[in-house]
Amino acid sequence: MTDFLDIARQTILAPAGMVDEDLNKILDNTLGNAIDSADVYFQVQRHESWIMEDGIVKEGSYNIDQGVGVRAISDEKTGFAYSDEIMLPALMQASKAARAIACNGQQGKLQAWKATVGHDLYMATDPLEALSSEVKLQLLQDVDAEARRLDPRIKQVIVSLSGTHEVILVANSDGSLGADVRPLVRMNVSVIAEDKGRREQGGAGGGGRFAYDYFINEQRGLDFARKAVRQALLNLEAIEAPAGTMNVVLGPGWPGVLLHEAVGHGLEGDFNRKGSSAFSGRIGEKVASDQCTVVDDGTLSERRGSLNIDDEGTPTEQTVLIENGILKGYMQDRLNAKLMGVASTGNGRRESFSHLPMPRMTNTYMLAGKYDPEEIIASVGNGLYAVNFAGGQVDITSGKFVFSASEAYMIENGKVTHPVKGATLIGNGPEVMTRVSMVGNDLQLDDGVGTCGKEGQSVPVGVGQPSMRIDGITVGGTGV
Amino acid sequence: MSKKIDPDYPDQEQMENLVSYALQQARKHGASDAEAGMSFGAGLNVTVRLAEVETLEYNRDRSLGVSVYLGQKKGSASTSDWSEKAIQETVNAACAIAKHSGEDPFTGLADAQFMATELADLDLCYPWELSAEQGIDLARQCEDTARAHSGISNSEGASVSTHTGISVYANTHGFLGGYPATRHSISCSVIAGDESGMQRDYWYTVARDAHDLEQAESVGNMAAKRTLGRLNARKLKTAQVPVILRAEVASSLFRHFVSAISGGNLYRNSSFLLDHLGKKIFPDFIQIHERPHLKKGLGSTTYDNEGVATQNRTLVSDGILQSYVLSSYSARKLDMQTTGNAGGVHNMQVKPTGPDFDALLAEMNNGLLVTELMGQGINIVTGDYSRGAAGYWVENGEIQYPVEEITIAGNLRDMFHQIVQVADDVDMRGNIHTGSVLLENMTLAGD
Repeated sequence: MTDFLDIARQTILAPAGMVDEDLNKILDNTLGNAIDSADVYFQVQRHESWIMEDGIVKEGSYNIDQGVGVRAISDEKTGFAYSDEIMLPALMQASKAARAIACNGQQGKLQAWKATVGHDLYMATDPLEALSSEVKLQLLQDVDAEARRLDPRIKQVIVSLSGTHEVILVANSDGSLGADVRPLVRMNVSVIAEDKGRREQGGAGGGGRFAYDYFINEQRGLDFARKAVRQALLNLEAIEAPAGTMNVVLGPGWPGVLLHEAVGHGLEGDFNRKGSSAFSGRIGEKVASDQCTVVDDGTLSERRGSLNIDDEGTPTEQTVLIENGILKGYMQDRLNAKLMGVASTGNGRRESFSHLPMPRMTNTYMLAGKYDPEEIIASVGNGLYAVNFAGGQVDITSGKFVFSASEAYMIENGKVTHPVKGATLIGNGPEVMTRVSMVGNDLQLDDGVGTCGKEGQSVPVGVGQPSMRIDGITVGGTGV
Repeated sequence: MSKKIDPDYPDQEQMENLVSYALQQARKHGASDAEAGMSFGAGLNVTVRLAEVETLEYNRDRSLGVSVYLGQKKGSASTSDWSEKAIQETVNAACAIAKHSGEDPFTGLADAQFMATELADLDLCYPWELSAEQGIDLARQCEDTARAHSGISNSEGASVSTHTGISVYANTHGFLGGYPATRHSISCSVIAGDESGMQRDYWYTVARDAHDLEQAESVGNMAAKRTLGRLNARKLKTAQVPVILRAEVASSLFRHFVSAISGGNLYRNSSFLLDHLGKKIFPDFIQIHERPHLKKGLGSTTYDNEGVATQNRTLVSDGILQSYVLSSYSARKLDMQTTGNAGGVHNMQVKPTGPDFDALLAEMNNGLLVTELMGQGINIVTGDYSRGAAGYWVENGEIQYPVEEITIAGNLRDMFHQIVQVADDVDMRGNIHTGSVLLENMTLAGD
């Protein structure tokens, strides 16, 4: 097992001339004024990106971000300050600002340090250093060439490659001291196809918590190029999407963005503590059809949404959200768990040291069912078969959510026929899941492309699902 | 102009010295050209929920970004550490990347002749001496007002925030500019209804000068009214209907327009408005201008992200596209000249065509009034448009009842041509100023 704490001490504390005892000083200083609990979060992150366009590597960038956030909690109140200087005086100043929140309440007491044992889900080595720049650029060139080789109608190709190496250290006044070293890489291909004056786009990509050689192995990078080209060429043939309410079959994998929007956000602890979610107060109720079991799982090896510990130092878990249609639980960070009288589920995440943690998803997916995907499609007389999506959004209070198809087909007489243009699907979260009438046996997780936004903070996430049939959802095409 | 706004903040001159140092370092490493930008920001954000303080956040951010050119090869790097050592390392990292980049004949700084020379004071900096206690009081007033409305059952809180920033940019043409700017806001989001059906909505005000903000009570009242108006929303039948995009969502329509005439999408053949310069894309009565020098404007600036002087510009005249939105790079790719839009448009204004909002409703007679749009269903390559919507059904020019769980779809090319009127209820809170827009016809999908 990798000693993440040791790496974090070397990477973060040592260059600032700090040791564990300095964490006591900061937290003591924060707790000094009727504060229940406090935490301090250090982050050092290096990021690089390379973009190839018109067959040349046009732009590369390299960024270093580092800093520390100090949070003080007094009952439901949170005080927060941060500094991009990792040094004791700046930290003491930040902790003084954070504790200004308290005017009454119990005075917390600093506990002795106890290392948190998290998971060991991904390598701790730096993905940026694992390959030479020459090899990275060759990869971009090969992927670009593959896209252009496949079809003369491909007129534009953009390939991007990016990687992040992040070390975090989080110390809580309850004595827990945790660290994590998180690699994250991503590749993306987008193409434009042109034929008879018509232009269409296609895109594909993937990534996760591993090194860049993932894209070289098994030709995965080249496969992204093939998928992007295939999608663009399909779109050249696409006709108007239908408008109205109809039966829809969703393909496996990335269409799981449905779960992320329709139920995931609504089951985050903060909204439920505040009673602002359409799912508030509904634990134990039937919110989906019997066939639906949905989990959030931060413990999957090397997945984009996985974490050894969350950003509050809690090891991630597999949390059952919906089991056989019954609402089982919410995703919690420490603050909301405490206020709701439950334990954190390891879902406390933050975009960076300069943002406050809140309950966020990790990898959210539906477990496999019993139906063969072909059988599901054949069961729908006429409807829509949607296999790829651009993204989505939800109003957690009304439960209304949207997600936009980027690759879809008509189903006619139980058969997949012609491709249709992209269209937005809209539904009501707590209602749409009750209309899931068939769940496939083909569970897939997405390729590692998801980024979730909440209150201005972005974090990497994963989604997944088997094929599924929804009896009646509104499809926002133009064909009436 | 060099201001030190707060004794605790870096001053502009110090930042100017550091960007100049970064350029010197780049030259020392053999860069033929270089540019560097620096920004500092500090602020306070307080949120009150159900009359209690929920969060008190102190923000303080710094960044330094450098781009170097080794002939026609470019590399960039950034850091939040402003020590000379960190600046040297950042320049080194940018140079190392440039060495690995490909030769791009179109890359480079914007031409020297276009650099801004007159850096007028645009009145963008009005620091707000807001203590945490004052912020809390103001947020509480705002939320109390909203919660006093009968039917408001819960709250997501009210926030007050103040932010002061200084940004500085320099390049090896000798351009060196910088200015401080402030931005303050009050926002409120409340909930109505019960577990059988809840709705939430929000309102906000934002300005450079706290004196120009709407009153906290007025923000609370608007948030409450908007939320209550959504209760008991219905779904509609699928149909072709006229649509009004209310001012606060209409700006998105023109954001798609800007995206479609932006150099990056044009040179990549990724826009449905390719080769449309000089062509009619809106009806005769549509005029769209850019006004970068508005005093106190939220999008105001005298120079763009490359130091190029910004200027008043006509984008659309009598419905005809007059100008693209270009940076020096996209301009070179298109064999044109930069329009001073590296980083985007600066205060784009769609001229109202006459009616006020009530007259616009009357003109539509029967149709859909959209007050919220959801999702990303916009394809700039083809113009295809399909988004989730909520709003009101209108009959005989009168609002009848709220509607939700519907989509509106069409193609932006047609939607632009089918603009019937732009009302005078201009929303000034963003970078794109427009009133409510009446569109002749869209596909509404529902039951």
